[in-house]
Amino acid sequence: MTKDKTDVLYGSLALMVLRTLDTLGPQHGWGIARRIEQISGDALELNQGSLYPALLRLQQMGWITSKWGASDNNRRAKFYAITRAGQKQLAAEAANWERIAGILSRFANPARESS
Amino acid sequence: MTAIRVLFSRLAGLFGKRDLEPNLDEELDFHLQMEIAENIRKGMAPDQARTAALRRFGGVARVKETYRETHSLPVFQVLWQDLRYGFRVLRRSPGFSTLAILCLTLGIGSNAAVFTWIEGILLRPFPMVAHQDRMLAIAGWNRDVPGDPDVSWPDFQDFEKNCTLFDAFIVDRITGVTLAIGDKAEVARASIVSANYFGALGVRPILGRGFEPEENIGRNAHPVTVISYQLWQSRYKSDPDIIGKTQMLNGMPHTIIGVAPEGFYGTFVGWAMQFWVPLSMQEKFDPGGYKLEDRGETWIEGFVRLKPGVTLQQAQAEISAVAKRLETAYPATNRNRGVNLFPLWRTPFNNARTMFPTLGIALAVVISVLLIACANVGNLLLVRAFGRRHEMTIRLAVGAGRSRILKQLLTEGMILATIAAAGGFLLAYWCRNLFVLLLPARDGQRMNLPGEIDWRVLALSTGVCVIATLLFGLVPAMQTSKIDLTSALKSEAGGVVGGGRRRGLVRSGLVLVQVALSFVLLVGAGLLLQSLRGIQNISPGFSTKTLTTGVDFKVAGYDRQRSNNFQDALIDRLQSLAGVESASIERTTPFGYRSYSSAPIAVEGYETAPDQKLIVNYNEVGPGYLATMGIPLVSGREFTRADNETSQPVAIVNDVMAAQYWHGRDPVGSRLQVKGKWLQVVGVAKVSKYERLMETPQPFFFVPTRQNSAGLGLVIRTSLPLAVVAKALAHEVKALDENLAPGEVITMQEQVDRTTAVQRTAVMMLAVFGGLALALAAIGLYGVMSYTVSQSTRELGLRMALGADAGNLVRLIMSNGLALTVAGVVAGAAAALGLTRLMGTLLYKVSPRDPAVFASAFLVMIIAASAACFLPAWRATRTDPVRALRD
Repeated sequence: MTKDKTDVLYGSLALMVLRTLDTLGPQHGWGIARRIEQISGDALELNQGSLYPALLRLQQMGWITSKWGASDNNRRAKFYAITRAGQKQLAAEAANWERIAGILSRFANPARESS
Repeated sequence: MTAIRVLFSRLAGLFGKRDLEPNLDEELDFHLQMEIAENIRKGMAPDQARTAALRRFGGVARVKETYRETHSLPVFQVLWQDLRYGFRVLRRSPGFSTLAILCLTLGIGSNAAVFTWIEGILLRPFPMVAHQDRMLAIAGWNRDVPGDPDVSWPDFQDFEKNCTLFDAFIVDRITGVTLAIGDKAEVARASIVSANYFGALGVRPILGRGFEPEENIGRNAHPVTVISYQLWQSRYKSDPDIIGKTQMLNGMPHTIIGVAPEGFYGTFVGWAMQFWVPLSMQEKFDPGGYKLEDRGETWIEGFVRLKPGVTLQQAQAEISAVAKRLETAYPATNRNRGVNLFPLWRTPFNNARTMFPTLGIALAVVISVLLIACANVGNLLLVRAFGRRHEMTIRLAVGAGRSRILKQLLTEGMILATIAAAGGFLLAYWCRNLFVLLLPARDGQRMNLPGEIDWRVLALSTGVCVIATLLFGLVPAMQTSKIDLTSALKSEAGGVVGGGRRRGLVRSGLVLVQVALSFVLLVGAGLLLQSLRGIQNISPGFSTKTLTTGVDFKVAGYDRQRSNNFQDALIDRLQSLAGVESASIERTTPFGYRSYSSAPIAVEGYETAPDQKLIVNYNEVGPGYLATMGIPLVSGREFTRADNETSQPVAIVNDVMAAQYWHGRDPVGSRLQVKGKWLQVVGVAKVSKYERLMETPQPFFFVPTRQNSAGLGLVIRTSLPLAVVAKALAHEVKALDENLAPGEVITMQEQVDRTTAVQRTAVMMLAVFGGLALALAAIGLYGVMSYTVSQSTRELGLRMALGADAGNLVRLIMSNGLALTVAGVVAGAAAALGLTRLMGTLLYKVSPRDPAVFASAFLVMIIAASAACFLPAWRATRTDPVRALRD
């Protein structure tokens, strides 16, 4: 198993899923996938399948819940919703990412820092 | 927190699996349908839309696998998978599985059995007794007397009063009483105990009460007794109103005040107690008069319990300091005396100490057997691993991690070990009371040496089992992890042995270990056998055909006069029987449990150093004793009935004593002082063995029973069979007194043999397990040789084609096998030289390096090896060269 890669991907994927659910409210898997692709401007080639194990993990962490419901086209679909714990986690994770992004950008563009 | 939540949800996932699959399928299917619909909306053809959706999604199967792994705990799933697979594999080769399980069951079972013995006999020997881990045995020492003498009651009380690190001081002195039932006398074992006995041990009588403090005090003042559950059941038919009833004990009615709980046998390793009497009854139950107020009378055996956290060293230091003070305060009795504390397994006054070396050997032996069994199973697994090489290679090739394969192999090992462990525990359960059967019965009773199965034994055995699994399970695993993918796949096609050389080395190594270990066991058995033969060849110095028994007339409460009359009458009646040559009496039977009288002596004309005390053992015997026992008289005369209370006190010394104190002069006619009384020496007897066959010739003397304490033992010299004498004796005793019955009648040979029981037990154990080990090693050797033959048919065929005849081939194979054996024997011999020294105390006049023993062990090993190699060698000669070369 390529564990390291999954973990990094998983870390960012979790943030994306939580943000999507926080913004749009309950969504099914396909909706989440579509939304992530939209936001990333189709720049992120997401392996849609890998979303599902990630959703399961987020449920196990207690950050999201799932419920079977009816989709727009009236098919049975599983809807995911963010929990209180999930919102807290989202805030923490977002702050964390911002900090890391800031640090990394300083490395990516050192000139701006020194001037 | 989150981690715990995940764990729980995953654990739940292990069970709620049924809903998982359809739900997941539905969810993923929904996703794909949505994506396909979207693609079609974008203008793709249906086929194209579907392909694009699937590509976008990634592998459905892989997602499902990841999802499933995430859903529950993969460790368990993999384990479960391995378990099912392992069972299937093992079921497919029942012969292999049975053999492997059998080997391991023997190995694990014998270990568990010995653990139960060590636990039940040495470490926690007293069922139902609380805090045995803090109990120590207490015994005295005396600079003038070798061994571990007992302690006096006044001293014992002073220790109790002055020591602060102790919870309890417990007196427990074994004694015996004959309960006459019909014309058979039954010896009941009993203990004289301090009043705190039951309370301190945490044992509460199920009926009535234990002893009260005042029952320690007063000369024969408290004739009360607590009886054992077993006695209550068998003799009193579980009478619920037993409390307050009386039982005749040593001629005195005793009130039964309590019944001990079921499973409590007292605190004596070796014998179960039938009843207990308080300390105040000492005089009635312990020979030699009233001792409770005499500091010089050492007779108390017992235990102490330490306060929690106190070490043996601290306790010993404190009690030694008190003993030192007593030495100064009472120099007349306590000079050169002190006490020692012992852990229970080294208790000097019960059977713990005699059992210790035997159990130590047993432990070493079963560990060797387990190792041999492991090596054997390891070998079997290797053979099978070779057969499964193809399977393993394919598994590796399709991407199974080596650790995964290792896990699989270990799981298979674990299955074998678990089944074997279950069998082993069962074996141990059956064998837990077997140890006692290796020891001779006394007075028709078996010793009480039960094994104890508790969590410690189970934990230790499980540990052994796990180690065994790793030992034999890892061997093939290591081999497998060395498989070189390309060459293995290639060579599989060619049908040539790949990596066989290395594998062959490991297998040979395992056989070497087995041969070495069984050689060590054979040498051990040989040494013990040799030394046992040496011991049994020692002449005891008396006739072993003489019969011995006892009549305990204290039961009927005889006084001195009555017992004298009874003895004379009985001897007369016996000697008038046809076939009886002579009969006599003795206080102490040689080689018996009861110890001899011993006393400081002075010899007329022998100067002693001012600080020197001459302490010599002696026995009280009747007229004609020496002739009856077959002990030659060197000079002077035997005792006669004329040597009685009113005549001149006399003694017979042995020739060792004569040489030591009379310097070769004939002692007859000179005088000997014993306990301040002068005795006339009237005869010199030849030295004989008194307590053990191994003892060095000791100074010893005899005094007449009439002038000392009364006799208990009978000796009879006769040509009649034992059973006839026993019957006649019972008849004559009954004719003299309805209430009396003789004890067990045995030959002196039997009496002597009982003292060598420990040695014989050790020999028996080593012989049985040594034989087992030899058989296992032979099987291992056979396996390796037949494997070699089956793997080298091509080479053998070639040799035959080039003109080798059957003889050549047999020689080739045999020499291979024997070379392996010799290498094993050399390794074993090196180990044996180191290990046999540990048997020191069990060996008698045999060097731990006895060349004859090593040579015969070698011979046995070679014979077994030849037998094991012969079949494969013979099979080699049946190789068809044409077929071997064509294949």
